Amino acid sequence: MSTLALLARNRLALAGLIVMGLVVLLAIVTPLLPLPDPDVTDTGNRFLPPFSEGALLGTDHLGRDQLSRLLWGTRLSLAVGFAAATIAAVLGAAVGIIAGYYGGRVDNLIMRGVDMLMAFPYILLALAIVAALGPGLLNALIAVAAVNIPFFARNIRGITVGIANKEFVDAARLAGMNDAHIILSEVLPNVIPVIVIAMSTTVGWMILETAGLSFLGLGSQPPQADLGSMLGEARAALITSPHTSVVPGAMILIIVMAINLLGDGVRDALDPRLRSGALTRPMAATLVRREGPAPEPQGDDVLSLRELQTQFHVKHRVYRAVGGVSLGVKPGECLGIIGESGSGKSVTALSVMGLVASPPGVITGGAVHYKGEDLVGAPYGRLRDLRGREVAYIFQDPLATLHPLYKVGDQLVEAIRVHHAISDSEARARALGLLRDVRIPNAESRVDSFPHELSGGMRQRVGIAMALANDPEVIIADEPTTALDVTVQAQILSLLDTLRREKGLAIVFITHDFGVVAQLCDRVAVMYAGRIVEEGPTRALLEAPAHPYTRRLIACVPELGEGKRALHAIPGLPPAVDDLPPGCAFAPRCDKAQPACRQGEIALDVYGPRRLRCLYPETELEGTA
Amino acid sequence: MGRYILKRLVSAVPVLLGITVIVFAIMAMIPGDPATAILGSYATPENVEKLNRDLGLDKPAVQRYFIWLWNMVQGDFGRSFSLNRPVLDEVLDRFGATLVLAGTSFVLCSVIGVAAGVVSAARQYGPADKAITFAVLLGISIPSFFLGMMMILIFAVQLRWFPASGMWPIYGDRTLPVLVTHLTMPALALAVVATGVVARLSRSAMLEVLRQDYIRTARAKGVPERGVIWRHALRAAMVSILPVLGIQAGFVLSGAVYIEMVFQWPGVGRMLVDAILKRDILLVQGGVVLVAACYVMFNIVVDVAQSLLDPRIKT
Repeated sequence: MSTLALLARNRLALAGLIVMGLVVLLAIVTPLLPLPDPDVTDTGNRFLPPFSEGALLGTDHLGRDQLSRLLWGTRLSLAVGFAAATIAAVLGAAVGIIAGYYGGRVDNLIMRGVDMLMAFPYILLALAIVAALGPGLLNALIAVAAVNIPFFARNIRGITVGIANKEFVDAARLAGMNDAHIILSEVLPNVIPVIVIAMSTTVGWMILETAGLSFLGLGSQPPQADLGSMLGEARAALITSPHTSVVPGAMILIIVMAINLLGDGVRDALDPRLRSGALTRPMAATLVRREGPAPEPQGDDVLSLRELQTQFHVKHRVYRAVGGVSLGVKPGECLGIIGESGSGKSVTALSVMGLVASPPGVITGGAVHYKGEDLVGAPYGRLRDLRGREVAYIFQDPLATLHPLYKVGDQLVEAIRVHHAISDSEARARALGLLRDVRIPNAESRVDSFPHELSGGMRQRVGIAMALANDPEVIIADEPTTALDVTVQAQILSLLDTLRREKGLAIVFITHDFGVVAQLCDRVAVMYAGRIVEEGPTRALLEAPAHPYTRRLIACVPELGEGKRALHAIPGLPPAVDDLPPGCAFAPRCDKAQPACRQGEIALDVYGPRRLRCLYPETELEGTA
Repeated sequence: MGRYILKRLVSAVPVLLGITVIVFAIMAMIPGDPATAILGSYATPENVEKLNRDLGLDKPAVQRYFIWLWNMVQGDFGRSFSLNRPVLDEVLDRFGATLVLAGTSFVLCSVIGVAAGVVSAARQYGPADKAITFAVLLGISIPSFFLGMMMILIFAVQLRWFPASGMWPIYGDRTLPVLVTHLTMPALALAVVATGVVARLSRSAMLEVLRQDYIRTARAKGVPERGVIWRHALRAAMVSILPVLGIQAGFVLSGAVYIEMVFQWPGVGRMLVDAILKRDILLVQGGVVLVAACYVMFNIVVDVAQSLLDPRIKT
């Protein structure tokens, strides 16, 4: 979307633009308007109230026409504010580009100076400059511009450093361009958006600051008046004739507010991070907008997903991340969910407890039954109560998933005390026990460590301890070993396996690694493009994969001691889930695909303990549904 | 920790020296000579020359700087000619009033600003968020001196809730309640802009943090939403909010100039403006250096607080 269109879409920014346009227009045409001379005094008509004959906004303490003075003052304030902003931007950008482009000692020296200037509260610096130059509008302008140069210099330097090391700058150097040419033709065009953002967010400040100096009597000198000095002169008569204060003050407020609105709009339009709407916060639980009735619970699974559908709604696009998934796990059982990245396995797992980030995530259909209770329709309070107590999670990257600023012991204690009203010391003792349960050596000292002080394997053990804190019935592990090296991975897997046998936990284990599945899982479900394509007991499925995708996925796993077996990567990429083809989603990458595979819905048929969604399986399965 | 504080204090020395250099250099730019400013334009050349010699102004600038610096180190900031008393005495007399005003404003802008930012982020796009966003926009757009004048008009003149000016009544006791009634309006007027800036930044810092994986972990543990927001998210967001609070401290400290003028508050700011108008250079220099030094010291406090907050910072 173009910058202008974005700006126009932002109604507030548009309002700012219109108001600002009007004010600027007024300021430009002021000399043409039939106004009385703003500086002619008429002491006989002092302090006329607004709407008086011949003086629409009244007169000030010297009988001068307020309207005329307001418009001329606005003209002056705007001119000074923009001039100061331009000077600060040009000089600041020049300093910043030089520091950032040349780097090294030049950079060091300049930035030291900039830091020094920024160590001043800047109004104080402006006061000092005016003190030196003497009161006067031009000197106030210089002071305001000068104190804002460091701000621009620092911002622009940061951007320039990034650009100066880019390939296209190196290419320009190799092509024999001199530095001045490179700065003007390669660097400058790239920093201009930043300059514009910085200017649009600071010009309002600069108008305020010059008005402030004038208010103190250090800016424009009588009889000439900008908005600040009008306010300063009116102060003496604040109580008797408030209109002389309100008029210029309100004008400053209107101008600065319009500029700030516009500046925000410009920043939003030029800042690519905000463009995608990335800065929305996930809500406490995933949004549920279920179309159609919730399926009834069935079977004796402790956790069962029925036709679960989770989508991401981004602007007008709908990504069907989970497109009708049914799964179940019994107490003491370990179910593996395997698939490539983007297959929807993590979203499936997060949907269970409403942890899919929302916006943009929405659960649009199906049900999640925990011991027969539907969690998709459950109120937030109930969901929160079950989280961690009955169904707990272990996440992938323990450095990112543990809070960086709390000691691991405190995070464990919190996990316990959220669900149990026990004393802090009791909870601490339990936390210590948990750390020992997950075989953390020196648990007594580790309990006071911060996450960044632990190794990856230790952090993941803390993650597991946290999941175990309330003796849950189900643990959902979302690629818990992916970030770990192989030996640590093996330790974590055997730990999980032991815990499952000792405590009768049901585990849902999400991974992309068949080796891990073979080691830990009783059953495994293979996901592709948001749906299950095959499911069955691990051994049977590994020995005789029926879906071509499963076979190809297994063929991707290298085996030790098998010599130089060819690894068969699957050509192509998984389809985008906002635009799924009809029929089998894998058909475009499948070497056995027939025309029938590309049309209609292909059902997930049941064959004894196995389920399969394929018309031309690799192995004929027995026991048709 | 003790070593870290010491290290930061030592690293402040060059900054403080730099500040004195900058202040002195700016003042040395003054065209004409200060003696004329002191004696007025009718002074005889002999008198001007004598005063220049007495003030040491006949020496080269670099030498003058070191004399000034050396005297300051010994606690002698020179003599204010316009007030005819030592600069340090005058500045210290008034610094307390400024600290009371700016300190109160700083506490107000930190507490209200952070709370508003957190609420705004937690209820993104809701009515509370919209109301706060609008209030913030208004707050950062209104000149504090205009706001102060309007407050006097409404709350002092019309409603008679608060006194219109001064720190203490001319007659009467100097008790805390009396101070509070005098302080309320100026402190609020001074805090408004800084509160807006803090609220705005807190909101975006919170939005950034709320998307992190460890927030999801907290929710997966079953932490109630209030705990997620105030305990998990705010703690992490404070890491980026604290430096901005440091900057706002400088803003309220120096922005106090306007408020002191509007409310006749007997602080350093008003003294500086008077000194500038009278070209009382030593008073300007001394005042600016002391306020800037105070700001530098406060930022060391912020750095130390930051290192206490974030264990990942190497101390």
